[in-house]
Amino acid sequence: MSRTVLARDPLDAIGDVADGATVMIGGFGPAGQPVDLVEALLEQGATGLVVVSNNAGNGEDPLARLIRDGRVARMVCSFPRQVDSWHFDAAYRSGAVELELVPQGNLAERIRAAGAGIGAFYTPTGYGTPLAEGKEHRRIDGVDHVLEYPIHADLALVRADRADGAGNLVYRKTARNFGPVMAAAARRTVAQVREVVPTGALDPEAVVTPGIYVDAVVEVAAPLPARTTEARA
Amino acid sequence: MTHLHDARPAAATAPLSKTQIAARVAADIAPGSYVNLGIGLPTLVADHLAPGSGVTLHTENGMLGMGPAPDPDDVDPDLVNAGKIPVTELPGASYFHQADSFAMMRGGHIDVCVLGAFQVSATGDLANWSTGEPGAVPAVGGAMDLAVGARRTVVTMTLLTKDGSPKLVERCTLPLTGVGCVSRVYTDLAVLDVGPDGARVVETFGTTHDELETLLGLTLGRTS
Repeated sequence: MSRTVLARDPLDAIGDVADGATVMIGGFGPAGQPVDLVEALLEQGATGLVVVSNNAGNGEDPLARLIRDGRVARMVCSFPRQVDSWHFDAAYRSGAVELELVPQGNLAERIRAAGAGIGAFYTPTGYGTPLAEGKEHRRIDGVDHVLEYPIHADLALVRADRADGAGNLVYRKTARNFGPVMAAAARRTVAQVREVVPTGALDPEAVVTPGIYVDAVVEVAAPLPARTTEARA
Repeated sequence: MTHLHDARPAAATAPLSKTQIAARVAADIAPGSYVNLGIGLPTLVADHLAPGSGVTLHTENGMLGMGPAPDPDDVDPDLVNAGKIPVTELPGASYFHQADSFAMMRGGHIDVCVLGAFQVSATGDLANWSTGEPGAVPAVGGAMDLAVGARRTVVTMTLLTKDGSPKLVERCTLPLTGVGCVSRVYTDLAVLDVGPDGARVVETFGTTHDELETLLGLTLGRTS
């Protein structure tokens, strides 16, 4: 796909998602979470998903409900345990969802590596810990490193503040978090933005995610609350 | 026995409170440093950095120049720290994505990282992410990246657990966060340096070198 498409609504934006797809979901807790796109994924119906996201849902937010409904086969994340992550907790304890726990910096760098076409990399993070067990390691310049592989995805769902018609994105404050690296790492990237502005209205010097990484944009002026307790009708 | 630090007010003659531990950590942070403060006791360090010290706080979810908590009316859901708690931005702040944030950390650009701990070994191994409880949902966040990334990683903790077991140990029994990554430990009873040559007492609070050795069951070096 080449040019960014401006979608009518979140469901139109995510398009077809196959069962078993790997889906990256941006956000650090509620900050930067593409809530409306995940709600659309819930509605779309794909199952057996591998979800890559820093956290594993809060309260009754759409990611938590994807897990509750048995739609997620595997979570790849750094911090699934939160005070209100009861749906993940239950699914993990019952064995309904598999967990790959990844240190947050390794998660970010593995996603970045996928978008940058890097085959694998050595990092000191995690060496000598249970999370590096069974991984190749090597001492480089006197420091022990662990070999880590990229994480690719079929679909990335991210949230930005504004997009222009070329799909360029700018984010807002710490809501940027995983958006830029996830946008580059997936075969298809969909961005939920507060506002779509005319092409040329974003300062090219200030663009954070160039439109080449973005396949579809949907404007959601009034997003669902990040910690929704019920799905909005 | 006359001790160099006995002349210091209060601090040397009684165990430190959490606030005093935080102040003691802050006193060691050089003006102009870039600093990452972990969740819990380490966050208190921010309250003791001298105004005008020019210390810049990094939060690994993607910001330099983090300021204190906002007034309740000014909470911005897009502006949070690593504990997902609302914060503010100071003049000169910047935002960046997760890979940049951890590259900044891992690349040795952050001068000091202050972390909490369940256990630290005499050689500087750190255990602070898992209590090893069977069946518990594991979560690591940025702990492992922070432990090995900063130019200097220090720990704040009470020296003993609530049931009186030492947290500074010969060898960690809990799952490790990093190997040989901690250089100094600030506790209620003492400040100790740890590393390849073992643990060494820097300063004591309401206790003595010999009492610490008995308490910890370790042979501790002395500051020359």
